[in-house]
Amino acid sequence: MNFDSVAARTETAAPGLPPMAPKMSIRKLDFFYGNFQGLKDINMDVAQRHVTAFIGPSGCGKSTLLRTLNRMYSLYPGQRAVGEILLDGENILAPGVDINMLRAKVGMVFQKPTPFPMSIYDNIAFGVSLYEQMSQRQMDERVEWALTKAAMWNEAKDKLKQSGMALSGGQQQRLCIARAVAVKPEVLLLDEPTSALDPISTAKIEELITELKEDYTIAIVTHNMQQAARVSDFTAYMYLGELIEFGATDELFLKPKRKETEDYITGRFG
Amino acid sequence: MTPLYRKRLIVNRFNLVMSLATMGFGMTFLLWILWVLFANGFAALSPTLFTQMTPAPGSAGGLANAIYGSVTIVLVATFISTPIGILAGIYLAEYGKDHWVARVTRFINDILLSAPSIVIGLFVYTIYVAQVGHFSGWAGSCALALIAIPVVVRTTEDMLYLVPASLREAAVALGAPMWKVILKVTLRAVRSGVITGVLLAVARMSGETAPLLFTALNNQFWSANMNAPMANLPVVIFQFAMSPFEDWKSLAWAAALLITLTVLLINIVARTLFRQTAAGR
Repeated sequence: MNFDSVAARTETAAPGLPPMAPKMSIRKLDFFYGNFQGLKDINMDVAQRHVTAFIGPSGCGKSTLLRTLNRMYSLYPGQRAVGEILLDGENILAPGVDINMLRAKVGMVFQKPTPFPMSIYDNIAFGVSLYEQMSQRQMDERVEWALTKAAMWNEAKDKLKQSGMALSGGQQQRLCIARAVAVKPEVLLLDEPTSALDPISTAKIEELITELKEDYTIAIVTHNMQQAARVSDFTAYMYLGELIEFGATDELFLKPKRKETEDYITGRFG
Repeated sequence: MTPLYRKRLIVNRFNLVMSLATMGFGMTFLLWILWVLFANGFAALSPTLFTQMTPAPGSAGGLANAIYGSVTIVLVATFISTPIGILAGIYLAEYGKDHWVARVTRFINDILLSAPSIVIGLFVYTIYVAQVGHFSGWAGSCALALIAIPVVVRTTEDMLYLVPASLREAAVALGAPMWKVILKVTLRAVRSGVITGVLLAVARMSGETAPLLFTALNNQFWSANMNAPMANLPVVIFQFAMSPFEDWKSLAWAAALLITLTVLLINIVARTLFRQTAAGR
């Protein structure tokens, strides 16, 4: 089976690492945009409290794969996923899954910063108040905690009542990360979180990712191979909807097993 | 200068002149209307317009009852049409999308949007006025609401389409149920655009005559009873302007100027608000 070979490759590719507990397991996943097949037989694990990066040329399906992990695609009729994605052993693609609860557990940050049209404080309180009843004071503490996690507290503490849309791009993106972290998800999906940002903001967010993996399982889609190399523990290289190679980041970048992977990371293609 | 370049210059000049000329043509009539309105109506403006009732021919009077009636009928119509219009707009943009019910609704709404207002007046006359046996302010409000609803539906729907999908996805990604996403995020993002739509509907309603002629009719005296015929500016203009009496005619001009100035004011407010929406994004 294809999955076995991928798993075997992962183990052999990361001999020095302890065996990882998978937070999410993707099994025989196919994805369709209407009649077009966007993902073909994907099998891989997302390791708990590690960063897994998805790389590949535009249109390879890496964002599509990320968007199946919290079923974001369910918003759009005509898009469907076939196969299994296990979150702690439970298939999130099964009918009858509470999608809202799933998304509370699997948070997401998008390519473009998307502050809500409300104050910085309310941006963060919005998600928290969906699933937790708490006093004003507890909420204040949660907002501070989340902003601190996102390295935003010092910049934002004096303007919590100001609109989140008045912040700079980098600050907006960190606000979005704070907002996602505030609901205390188990998994954090990052869809090219720095592609709209300047290098300094990018560096801050990369630092943040490294800190966040202490507590969260992170999956990140990136166009930037250096970024994947810097922040991730595991990397998946995808091409035309297929998972070409998946393994420990160091191995994949230094000693890729497949010719296609090597061509892509050395810049001969893509 | 090459011949090709010269030709382009000439074509450019020609197009510029033509578009300026057509703009001038349109503006001429607009300014002409405003000029006639001011020339005739300005002299008739006086404080007594707001304190005295519409008079019998030959005696002095004002428009107080008509102003009150117009404001009340339009306000009630706004209260009826705003929630219906916004909710329907939300359905079309957020829930219905390409579903056949949504497509049919959209089609019918577009027809209503351009339906002659006299047809709507006749409709309310048939199903309401004729049934209860008398004209009334309520009937007037119903007819105006039917005119306003499609405007509000359309603007709400169009505004919601302006919300980037990423904003909706971001709210959904936190686990928010659909209704909360709409109420707290998407609708809020286009709040001033939706208010603009409501204001434009109010502006549209305040000048409508035909629907009121069949529903609220008119009342020469002060009446705050919505269940009885009610005075209102458009019908007063219609009645007074057609009369042979000079003082009635001058009151009609004053009423016309009053409506125009109000609509102008509402439009300015609406545009300012809309600009803020656009800038806020």
